Amino acid sequence: MKPQTIERRTFLRVSAALGGGLLIGFRLPGAVEPASGEDFVPNAFVRIATDGKVTVIVNKAEMGQGVCTSLAMLLAEELDADWSKVGFEFAPVDPVYAHPGFGIQMTGGSTSVAGMSEPLRKAGASARAMLVAAAARSWNVGAAECRTEKGSVVGPGGKRAGYGDLASLAAGIEAPKDVALKDPKDFSIIGKPLPRLDTADKVSGKAQFAIDVRLPGMLTALVAHPPTFGGRVKSVKSDAALAVPGVKKVVEISSGVAVIATGFFPAKRGRDLLEIEWDLGPNAKLATDELRAEAKRLAATPGLVARKDGDVAAAAGSAAKRLDADYELPYLAHATMEPLNCVVDLRADRCEIWAGSQFQTVDHAAAARTAGLDPKLVQLHTTFLGGGFGRRANPASDYIVEAVEIAKAAGAPLKLVWTRTDDLRAGYYRPMWHSRIGASLDAAGAVTSWNHTIVGQSFIAGTPFEPFIIKDGIDGTSVEGAVDLPYAIPNVQVELHTTKIGVPTLWWRSVGHSHTAFVVESFLDEIAHATGADPLALRRKLLAGKTRLLGVLERAAKEAGWGSPLPAGRARGLAVHESFNSYVAHVAEVSLANGRPRVHRVTTAVDCGRVVNPDTVKAQLEGAVGFGLTAALYSQITLKDGRVEQSNFHDYPMLRIHEMPSLAVHIVESSEPSTGVGEPGVPPVAPAVCNALFELTKKRIRRLPIRTEDLKA
Amino acid sequence: MALDLEVNGKRVSVDVDPATPLLWVIRETLELPGTKFGCGAAQCGACTVHVDGRAVRSCVLPVSSAAGKRVTTIEGLSGAPKEALTQAWIEEEVPQCGYCQTGQIMSASVLLTENKKPSDGDIDACMAGNVCRCATYFRIRRAIHRAADLMQGGGSAR
Repeated sequence: MKPQTIERRTFLRVSAALGGGLLIGFRLPGAVEPASGEDFVPNAFVRIATDGKVTVIVNKAEMGQGVCTSLAMLLAEELDADWSKVGFEFAPVDPVYAHPGFGIQMTGGSTSVAGMSEPLRKAGASARAMLVAAAARSWNVGAAECRTEKGSVVGPGGKRAGYGDLASLAAGIEAPKDVALKDPKDFSIIGKPLPRLDTADKVSGKAQFAIDVRLPGMLTALVAHPPTFGGRVKSVKSDAALAVPGVKKVVEISSGVAVIATGFFPAKRGRDLLEIEWDLGPNAKLATDELRAEAKRLAATPGLVARKDGDVAAAAGSAAKRLDADYELPYLAHATMEPLNCVVDLRADRCEIWAGSQFQTVDHAAAARTAGLDPKLVQLHTTFLGGGFGRRANPASDYIVEAVEIAKAAGAPLKLVWTRTDDLRAGYYRPMWHSRIGASLDAAGAVTSWNHTIVGQSFIAGTPFEPFIIKDGIDGTSVEGAVDLPYAIPNVQVELHTTKIGVPTLWWRSVGHSHTAFVVESFLDEIAHATGADPLALRRKLLAGKTRLLGVLERAAKEAGWGSPLPAGRARGLAVHESFNSYVAHVAEVSLANGRPRVHRVTTAVDCGRVVNPDTVKAQLEGAVGFGLTAALYSQITLKDGRVEQSNFHDYPMLRIHEMPSLAVHIVESSEPSTGVGEPGVPPVAPAVCNALFELTKKRIRRLPIRTEDLKA
Repeated sequence: MALDLEVNGKRVSVDVDPATPLLWVIRETLELPGTKFGCGAAQCGACTVHVDGRAVRSCVLPVSSAAGKRVTTIEGLSGAPKEALTQAWIEEEVPQCGYCQTGQIMSASVLLTENKKPSDGDIDACMAGNVCRCATYFRIRRAIHRAADLMQGGGSAR
């Protein structure tokens, strides 16, 4: 069956599902057509089995953000499903599952619920209408005489049929061209804190991550990557490695040298015994301190103008007082708990891949290209992700390409596994950033100008995303959170220097906001203290009319008891930030213990529009506090002689349970469209903590991670 | 060389390099994937299993050191602490990505076996070796308290 393109693009499509069930597909606007020669692939968001089980097909990566439950809820609401019978499956790779805005199948930018709300609700409503039509036909009554409730159609005279009973009949019903969606006041699923559909399997250990996939005869590979970025193999002596029992092959690939063995341990032993002479390449002298110095130098020079309101120079010329500061943030690793891995079953005429991918369209195409196979012969199975944070959405598909390259030599199904050291040393990283920021104040202390110059790498340049994200030389992901400065200041200028450094970089949970919010919210605090204003009062004044930002700010401040007395040795700080169209404010309460910051409590307010699952929203904000704290307190990837200095969790530490503050997340009610919560909680964490530390110590932290010496009196 | 051990109540004989970390014998030889690889250096606790009832990091323990001993993985965990922790973990909706959670539960079950009413300090001391990159710690703490209540027959939410 090969539907016409116009049909595929335009109409809901119905087909009989396996097992006589009902399968409903929906062409999304903006979806791209299959690559040339791509045959019909089932496209659907729901399957209803004859036993009444409803399976929602989830086209997003489940990396902890709860999307397999939230997306199922959206569809189940309009279907009037019985939630106890709702399950989910991860979607195969198909254009029908493309992101409605980006046109490729991917998960990122906190867009899953925002982007999929309408398509999934429509898919559910359409299925419901067809089930009603099927029931009406079998009862010989009008559809208008029927209604639905909890997985059943109810007709006149007490007639009732479960969705499972109607599944086969409904498969013969034509999909409606248009369906009405529910009035939110009638929601019975959306907005409820329903239990996640993946919790039980994650507690029992049954949840399958890519690293858990096992195929008959499968071999395991580890790769020795060059010690420097851009380094190449000059020569390899592999005798000792090959002598390790279980080691099958040593092969040179484009990213290094792979050791293929019967399991992880022999592969690791073999890798340890490789004698490789490296050409260290052009980046062998990279050193963090030199990169910092160069960024600081650049930041004091004019960059490309990303925003210009008024005349900052004139304002500076007539200022009664100037404030100027340099802020620095380091390279960061994603450090997902599940190290990168990929399983490949490559045959002469087909290829199957299992990966925890956030970037299915891109990874699928890269795998096909690397395997030398027509894309239609390549199948990518998305598993659960043991963390993503952006690392598993790489335009270069690095670990996927690596796995397929090795599989070509392996002659057997293959699992590639990165060690934690590979994860920290072989890329990719949130760029290091430098900000030069300044403000002019008039004699009354009012802020008359704000200038902000940002220096850092672009991970968009040179990728297929460049035409969409880089405008007039400005990478939007470098300056987001800075160009959209919400404070009412008459003269604002934001500039960007995009550096070219041979360190591979990538988006990292909250992307550009992960650095701009720290700088903007810290510097606003500097202005408050310099002018004797309360940090909350100054924000209130400069955010007049910004109702959603003010809404979360006021709520967090009230719930935290802003301004109320604290025990000696404790202080509060706050920060508020909009990212990914969601609004978050944190109030952090801190003290010092042995000279190190201790965060006791974080009070959070979030406005993410209409909430789909309030418990998931709270969980994401709670997790974001911990993720943001790890970065603020500990995280930095540093370079010496072109080599990453960190190697495992002892020198790239993670926040642990005894350091986790007490949390309270408050959701500001809203009827605005739903927006994401995976990322927006992260950006305001570090500035809230550092603002509290200033209150406590009068020391301003302008460099992350927080260093003990920067807090000393 | 063949090594005998008892895994989840069953006697097994494995023919592997005795230096192989127990983790890989569990995951690859015995095909029990619930025990996870996170760091390979006893830094994160994702690989936590019980050896003779004690929580150990299986990624650094040579399988030869577990010979003749009782090994329990998440798949074979049983008893009152397991039941209570499972219920509490589900009720508190602890997992996010879920990758570290089996290791968290293996550590927590030793805690509850030895300490029926752990304080926050007890929880910190026992659980600080288990990293959660999603930072579900706030809920892990709540779930351990809840599980302790459940074991005392209370079953009340805190």
